[in-house]
Amino acid sequence: MLQAGHDGVHALLVAATGAGKTLSGFLPTLVDLIEAPTEGLHTLYISPLKALAVDVQRNLLTPIAEMDLPIRVETRSGDTPSDRKARQRARPPQILLTTPESLSLLLSYPDSATLFAGLKTVVVDEIHAFAREKRGDLLALAMARLQTLAPGVRRVGLSATIADPDAYRAWLAPDGDIDAVRLVAGEPGVDPDLSILIPENRIPWGGHSGRHAARQVMRLIEQHQTSLIFCNTRSLAELIFQELWAANDQSLPIGVHHGSLALEARRKVEAAMSDGRLRALVATASLDLGIDWGNVDLVCQMGAPKGSSRLLQRIGRANHRLDEPSKGIVVPGNRFEYLEAQAALDAIDARELDPDVFRPGTLDVLAQHILGIACAGPFVEAELLAEVRSAAPYAGLTDEVWRRVLEFIATGGYSLRAYDKFRRLVEESPGHWRITRPQVAAQHRLNAGVIVDNPMMDIRFANGRMLGRIEEGFASSLSIGDHIFFAGLSLEVKRFKDSDIVVAASSKQARLVTYGGQRMSMSTHLADRVRAYLANDSEWHRFPDDVREWLEVQQRRSILPQPDELLVETFPREGRHYMCVYSFEGWNAHQSLGMLITKRMETAGFKPLSFVANDYALAIASLEPVEDPRPLFSPDILEHEFVEWVEQSHLLKRAFREVAVIGGLVERQHPGKRKTGKQVSFSTDLIYDVLRKYEPEHLLLRAAWDDARARMTELGRLARLVDRAAATMVHVKASRVTPMAVPLMVVIGREAAPAGTADEALLVEAEALAEEAMRVD
Amino acid sequence: MVPFSFGGQDFIPSSEGALFWPARGALLVADLHLEKASWFARLGQMLPPYDSIATLTALEREVERTGASAVYCLGDSFHDKFGCDRLPEQARAILTGLTGRLHWLWIVGNHDAGFIDHCGGEIIDETVLDGIVLRHEAEREELRPEMSGHYHPKLRLNLRGRRVARRCFVASQSKLILPAFGSLTGGLDAHHPEIMGKVGPGASALVPVSDRLLRFPIAA
Repeated sequence: MLQAGHDGVHALLVAATGAGKTLSGFLPTLVDLIEAPTEGLHTLYISPLKALAVDVQRNLLTPIAEMDLPIRVETRSGDTPSDRKARQRARPPQILLTTPESLSLLLSYPDSATLFAGLKTVVVDEIHAFAREKRGDLLALAMARLQTLAPGVRRVGLSATIADPDAYRAWLAPDGDIDAVRLVAGEPGVDPDLSILIPENRIPWGGHSGRHAARQVMRLIEQHQTSLIFCNTRSLAELIFQELWAANDQSLPIGVHHGSLALEARRKVEAAMSDGRLRALVATASLDLGIDWGNVDLVCQMGAPKGSSRLLQRIGRANHRLDEPSKGIVVPGNRFEYLEAQAALDAIDARELDPDVFRPGTLDVLAQHILGIACAGPFVEAELLAEVRSAAPYAGLTDEVWRRVLEFIATGGYSLRAYDKFRRLVEESPGHWRITRPQVAAQHRLNAGVIVDNPMMDIRFANGRMLGRIEEGFASSLSIGDHIFFAGLSLEVKRFKDSDIVVAASSKQARLVTYGGQRMSMSTHLADRVRAYLANDSEWHRFPDDVREWLEVQQRRSILPQPDELLVETFPREGRHYMCVYSFEGWNAHQSLGMLITKRMETAGFKPLSFVANDYALAIASLEPVEDPRPLFSPDILEHEFVEWVEQSHLLKRAFREVAVIGGLVERQHPGKRKTGKQVSFSTDLIYDVLRKYEPEHLLLRAAWDDARARMTELGRLARLVDRAAATMVHVKASRVTPMAVPLMVVIGREAAPAGTADEALLVEAEALAEEAMRVD
Repeated sequence: MVPFSFGGQDFIPSSEGALFWPARGALLVADLHLEKASWFARLGQMLPPYDSIATLTALEREVERTGASAVYCLGDSFHDKFGCDRLPEQARAILTGLTGRLHWLWIVGNHDAGFIDHCGGEIIDETVLDGIVLRHEAEREELRPEMSGHYHPKLRLNLRGRRVARRCFVASQSKLILPAFGSLTGGLDAHHPEIMGKVGPGASALVPVSDRLLRFPIAA
């Protein structure tokens, strides 16, 4: 790294966790500042997490203080007090630690040109964690801006082990010039010590949390110094915490950590972890990145690992020392998850990581960035366009789309030109743009940012102490007197007050809080490995007895599909007919397919009742038997029904809400303000409906579709599934339920069919139920 | 759709949120909030400028479907008192077409108080027709049967894990609150204490679906 710094070239450092890569990112800066002390901003450090920046500051300040260097290191994020923010702009530290959002905001001030003029280095930490997301788009654009303000600035990326370093080099490089970025490979760590936990050599048929193993996991916690227990969702983290607590005979100090808990609760738990006061912490992706706790010596993954890179990174949180292996244990929740866990272990053994897919930069983020730049001062269109295109995600931006984005910022970009008199951005002379009034800048700075939360309600005790937040959707299902399990506690709902839910501690049985949204799907290459296991019975001797028997009986009673085959089984059971589709394309794709196929079955008169999906397969129950499933899967389903369905679905409306806020069409909701009634909120669903009807080609609808395509409906996987269905389908008519179908049949949370018009049917049913219940005979 | 009785008269609600009064050949709607989008655009939020067109198109459709010869708007017809000036050409054409051929009453609301240009029709504060009071905001002390708007009631239910939200009418013995008809208007939960306090005990949320009227008691 020092050499790259000395040579003045951009660099990407790829190293295992615990190799001290953050400090090595700063080494050239420290050397530079010792050799030639300067005032003014020298180095920007960008981290995806505010907490990480704080942690790095601590670790940097120690060596600086020990060497008595005249170097100031400060952090800047949304939590920084405004007087310090103002001072930082007037008298910047040599090293500033910040987030993509805060950097973007700094660039919206007129003095940004002087502030960044002397900048030498930008260090981007954990680049793998966010380069491919909207925050990555925002950062790429900000770096392009910095390159204009300080042409000599050197970019340094720090990454965990990744499958394709070249893709990240291209992302980091100005103008996508991959050769401009030197790849520095850190020392490989010792291979991790990985195993799968199978209590009493048995794996359950159903479930997906590994909760059956709680007692064994508790014993492991007792045997280790400090353990991290990862769960795939917030609900499961609460559930697992509950189960572990029940098995915690020695009353060891254990905690729970997830993204919906109150900030102070999370900070408290994090502090307890770094002081070594906790023996175990149950966590979600909220701890995937971040603070290094040297004392963690065991990482457990409850349920499916979903991907080899993901598992490796989680396991890497244990034992941050290169010379000792990290110890990790996977606890599969059912038999498919066992196969997935085995696939992840084999992939890690073979050093096969999940490939990262980069997608083009998003248009809502681009709109936000351009408005921010305009707030800093007038701009020349051709120059800004060239600068934007020098950011890798926007290299392919066309003139036409660029123009539409500008028009969108200025007037909303509607073909009905109603808002020319209210424009926010004006073209003073050809190619020269500026904002029309200072309020535009003030408004922009309040709304900037790329993370849009679901509408949430705060959970508090009567004394005002906040425990965390739950989604409004779930909150609306609660009534006074209900019990919920949250933040590791059983709570009784006492009353509702504005956006607060006031609760009191309780000892009663409680229900788990659920959160909407997409689930993480199993990666395609783990899916490929699982398919390969099914087809190759010579592998099975490695598996536990009940998994092997499960597969052997399946082989006898039905078939096990070849990797390129799509197995569809049909069988009757308890007066219903079931169709099981083993497509291994992940929960999201199966969920979408379930909706579509049941709709088709409805039209074709099969009388579908419900369907269930998991990562591996989809099962649909109907009153009439499906004799030939092929016609149900014809590819035209994607052209017609799919588009129609997605447009009406919550997926696209949710995506639209996000792009409307990020793109600056509607103001961001600030929770404090809403309470005082200072902020009007509108339903972006209504805006969406109006727009879809009157201007279906609008830029934001396109942006919402792009988002949906990229990450919500996993269209690609669905399309592949449907495309190959006709050619690869193998239909087995079984006389009764098959072994492979059982994990599906016991899935909880089935969806009623059909969707679409169902809302009305549900209302009619609800009225009838209430009437029946209230009837006095 | 089967009519329901209120204040001794028959009414037919539509799933769009309008109420037809066959005896008078009149269509009642509340809270159109025309030009709400452009009001926000002025302040920097460039909402789609199609809300008035959408609202008036839907209203015209209701007029044609019911064959109404009169339209009574129960207030907040424009989002602000200058809303009418900002109507896009297409919306203005629909509105003047309707006001020109129908008996049109604009009852004034809190949003559009003081509006002058109104594309035709008659502006009044409130009125009494066949013993039923029509005004924008319900008055608790009113003893006569009363129809109003203002609250944008919506019924929100969680059914089998799915959230269903529908515009609804709220009715008690002598009060009837209409849902907002505007395309860009949000809603207030029918169970909200403000609404319950106004309509009194024994109220129901009424949700018209394709061929029938669903009734959900909303007692506290």
